[in-house]
Amino acid sequence: MDGNFALELRNISKYFGSVAANKGIGLTLKKGEILALLGENGSGKTTLMNMISGIYYPDEGQIFVNGEEVVISSPQDAFRNRIGMVHQHFKLIDIFTAAQNVVLGAKAGRYSAKRINEEVDAIAKKYGFELDPKKKIYDMSVSEKQTVEIIKVLYRGADILILDEPTAVLTPQETEKLFSVMRAMKADGKSIIIITHKLHEVMAISDRVAVLRKGEYIGCVNTSETTETALTEMMVGQKVQLNIERPVTKSDRPLLEIRDLTVKSDEGSTAIEDLSFFIRGGEILGVAGIAGCGQRELCEAIAGLRKVESGGIYHEGESIVGLSPKEIYQKGISMSFIPEDRLGMGLAPSMSVTDNMMLKNYQDHEYGIKPLPVEEGDASFKAKCRRLFNRTGAFLNRHCMFVDRKKARAEAEKVIEELDIVTPSTETPVRRLSGGNVQKVLLGREILTEPNVLVTAYPVRGLDINSSYLIYDILNRQKKAGTGILFIGEDLDVMLALCDKIMVLCHGKLMGVVHAEKTTKEQLGLMMAGALDLMEQKGKPMGVAKDSQIGEDQAWNG
Amino acid sequence: MDVFLANAIQFGVIFLFGCVGEILTEKSGHLNLGIPGIMCTGAAGGCFGVKLYMASAANPNGFVTVLLAILFAMVFAGLLGAVYAFLTVSLRCNQNVTGLAVTIFGVGFTSFFLNNAVLTEGVGALLTTAGQQFFGASITEDGLGWFGKIFLSHGVMVYLAIVIAVLAAVMLRYMRIGLSLRAVGENPATADAVGIRVTNYKYAFIVIGAAIAGLGGLCYVMDYMGGIVGSTVAETIQGIGWLSIALVIFTVWKPAFAILGSIVFGALYILAMSISGIRFEQIQLLNLIPFVVTILVLIVTSIVGNRETQPPASLGLSYFREDR
Repeated sequence: MDGNFALELRNISKYFGSVAANKGIGLTLKKGEILALLGENGSGKTTLMNMISGIYYPDEGQIFVNGEEVVISSPQDAFRNRIGMVHQHFKLIDIFTAAQNVVLGAKAGRYSAKRINEEVDAIAKKYGFELDPKKKIYDMSVSEKQTVEIIKVLYRGADILILDEPTAVLTPQETEKLFSVMRAMKADGKSIIIITHKLHEVMAISDRVAVLRKGEYIGCVNTSETTETALTEMMVGQKVQLNIERPVTKSDRPLLEIRDLTVKSDEGSTAIEDLSFFIRGGEILGVAGIAGCGQRELCEAIAGLRKVESGGIYHEGESIVGLSPKEIYQKGISMSFIPEDRLGMGLAPSMSVTDNMMLKNYQDHEYGIKPLPVEEGDASFKAKCRRLFNRTGAFLNRHCMFVDRKKARAEAEKVIEELDIVTPSTETPVRRLSGGNVQKVLLGREILTEPNVLVTAYPVRGLDINSSYLIYDILNRQKKAGTGILFIGEDLDVMLALCDKIMVLCHGKLMGVVHAEKTTKEQLGLMMAGALDLMEQKGKPMGVAKDSQIGEDQAWNG
Repeated sequence: MDVFLANAIQFGVIFLFGCVGEILTEKSGHLNLGIPGIMCTGAAGGCFGVKLYMASAANPNGFVTVLLAILFAMVFAGLLGAVYAFLTVSLRCNQNVTGLAVTIFGVGFTSFFLNNAVLTEGVGALLTTAGQQFFGASITEDGLGWFGKIFLSHGVMVYLAIVIAVLAAVMLRYMRIGLSLRAVGENPATADAVGIRVTNYKYAFIVIGAAIAGLGGLCYVMDYMGGIVGSTVAETIQGIGWLSIALVIFTVWKPAFAILGSIVFGALYILAMSISGIRFEQIQLLNLIPFVVTILVLIVTSIVGNRETQPPASLGLSYFREDR
């Protein structure tokens, strides 16, 4: 065995069901080097790293640490082998101080507030972190929390550090600080693997770059001998020809216009920054971007679920910022978001298909208490009683006290038939359906009310080919009907074939809007990684429609 | 006044046992609504221990009687706590439903037990003797003036309760085990990731919490009632148990505050009995006060929004490692 390698992976494979997340991956990490791991969404980077840090167990293959084969079946095993991982989502206890979080679970030494504060302070000083050990996590900024995570790993004596997209949540200044700390750790003999999508950061910090694509190892190059373009080509691969129909429609006036939108993420960092774009009726606008680039926040801002920090969202020239989700929905803007777990948003899993159909538009299902016949001018006691009954009934109807399940069931049946949903009945709880059918129910409900703007995020996530094509068909049908569709997708090949225009986001910033027919996968890849910024190149405001429906005065206010 | 305060302390410690037990349980992330039932079971367990001792020893010794009562109270309550722990930790049942079931079982079981002549015959008499010797034995009767009357005129259970509360506070604040326990209750996934054995912690502290709460029931029967095992004991302890859970909120999950809080609750509870010549309806109104105070505390802590006074973040949620 070559003792020069801090870590060596041989032929590592991991399968989730029948899907291979990693296939026969071999990777080496030299002592005292920074290795960047590069790859598109779903290329298996995080899965691979999770196997090294003991969260998953590989189905095949061997792991060597310092030349010796090891078995890593739990995070504790990883620590024993001096491997530590800083996850994308921090695992910290909010009400503890930094120092308490760092020493949590470690068994060394006496526990006293003074001692742990000193210990943590010593580590921070050694590598040049700025951290107050007594500060509580809930008072901390994202970058401080990340510092705590890194110190936590160092405190446990890790020699191999894995950083999963550490810069995704940082400002450029904080990133620079992190990099200087990483260089200090490297000088101290630590080996570091950093997962990142930003090519310029890869070039800035790493010694070598390993590239994964669709779960396979593509290659490893020295950073000094490569270019951003070469890396992008390795990352995205060849274009795959898909047979997705793209009907030509007559472009309409802009339906939804977004101007200088800024939205914050849950962590408080800026998720969407000064974003401007517009959707016309009868077009599909694709949104490409690395996962977590503000797609979710954008959807939520449009649907009225997230606070807009600044900027405006205009529907047919009217601002919808500050309206309630219900009001926005009633204006004809529909949003369907398929999160990673596919059930998390939009549907109530234990309710039936019919009930889920009613969730959003139950007002349209008002069950009329039918008025009793009363003759005009009849002053008898009976007539008075009937009038009272009718008034009460009208009041109850207005406030939707009863819902008409019969009508909803008919709608559910219609959706089931149109979208070819496989379900035993309309009364089957949604969670009993398969993933694809659940997604069809969600999409079906959104198009049921004939929206004129449809925001759909990852509608084919986890679906097989046939179901995916059916979803594309549904979207195309809507497009032909004049609906403006915002399609947030993962697969560039699909977006190139389906969308009319593609807008590329890189960490919440607009990199440019391109026509799907005129662009290439490489160009999109570069834009997604932040290496190509069409906005800067062209120097004109790309996301603003010439025939904007926003009035002058409104635009000023926005 | 000193007599009233002394009585408040004496009654308050019953709350204190239940409250500290529930705090420890909640710190592990489990809301144990079975505490009222578990406290009852503690009372039944204590009586059972004494009865066993009576049956085997010809000349019951007072000290051993007390010791056995405490031991059996903790074992009985701990067992019921273990049932709750098995259901909620291992089987991941809904904690509220399980807790209510435990309460219903515990109260029913204790009612049956204490009303059964065969099981309790003679226990009362022995407890009275033992109680006078040990439970009710005072450190000083008349030294130190009012201070002695208020603080030093109690039986062993009062001091035991305060010692347990102080120990719990010290453990939670200054010891590694307390840090780990709080981590389990705040975010079990994080605790798991740093190598804390989440399931072990949950089991241990649910059972320990239940055992401590069980002492509360015993305290009521032996110390406060002086060993008189009546037919309404189970119902009364149940009421005290609910108040103990309310007291957890009142003391914002801090055992040290619980010592003070329990005295306040004890005072409010016996207030009605201490005022002579008030009507029945007024007594009912006075008995409401602890609950009103608890609601006020909830409102205040919510408005202030201080993260330190919030319940453990994962309270009431089951933890399953593979749910990532």
